[in-house]
Amino acid sequence: MEEKTDEIRLPLIGEKAPDFEAATTQGTLRLSDFKGTWLVLFSHPADFTPVCTTEFIAFSEIYDDLKKRNTELLGLSVDSVSSHIAWIRNVKEKMGVTIPFPIIADLNKEVSKKFGMIHPAQSKTETVRCVFIIDPESKIRTILYYPLTTGRNMKEILRIIDALQTTDKHKVATPANWKPGDPVVVPPPGTTEQAEERTKEGYDCKDWYLCFKKL
Amino acid sequence: MIAVPCVSADGKPTTSGIAMLAALKSGPSTPEAVSKITGKPLFRARSGLRELVNAGFVKQVDDNYQLTTEGSKLVP
Repeated sequence: MEEKTDEIRLPLIGEKAPDFEAATTQGTLRLSDFKGTWLVLFSHPADFTPVCTTEFIAFSEIYDDLKKRNTELLGLSVDSVSSHIAWIRNVKEKMGVTIPFPIIADLNKEVSKKFGMIHPAQSKTETVRCVFIIDPESKIRTILYYPLTTGRNMKEILRIIDALQTTDKHKVATPANWKPGDPVVVPPPGTTEQAEERTKEGYDCKDWYLCFKKL
Repeated sequence: MIAVPCVSADGKPTTSGIAMLAALKSGPSTPEAVSKITGKPLFRARSGLRELVNAGFVKQVDDNYQLTTEGSKLVP
């Protein structure tokens, strides 16, 4: 007999992010409130913990860079709004850093379950370090998962947003270790005829399937 | 408890709420325009306007928001 579970299927890259309404440190917010802007939705295990504190400071440091990219930040943990407020105030008092973005208080784990942020083999009670990069049409464009013990890399998050926005704007792909200003990858041809023409189109081609161009 | 930054527990608009009401003083407006006038992010304008609608200070007509009689009294 098939075992029934109440597990929710996780949203995947390319799918619409599930909407939610949640209490945050900046009031009750819905995912749909962010429509029209890019969004970095990220979870952290718990307030008043060391790695999370370094991450929140680091996220605050890239806040202006994200704004320049039409991107908002939204944090999440299963702590209460009061806990979040106390932690934010502590970070400001002890570390001199203002946390400018809202943090979801997901006490009933409604949002974290929708986004697969709880990995029971890591922790049954805390969210792991997830990052969902969601585009202005509410589509999930990138998913990153980090274990509890590894703090995230802010430069990589910015780099991914730059890459996604470059892809959308110029209809190109970005190679390994790409950063803004580097050559981009021209999408490979889909027919033998296009493959033949590709090497004559003025791109920097290593072969018909691997061509670069400068933007 | 649901956190609402634009309307306080006693049902009165907060400073943020008043700023949004003031942004609607010249007539019906969109969340995008309210965001621009108040300098608040678009998501805050959307959620704040929703709170003000629920509190009866603002009403939504299609994509625009406008002051109710109650809301008008607060930004003379």
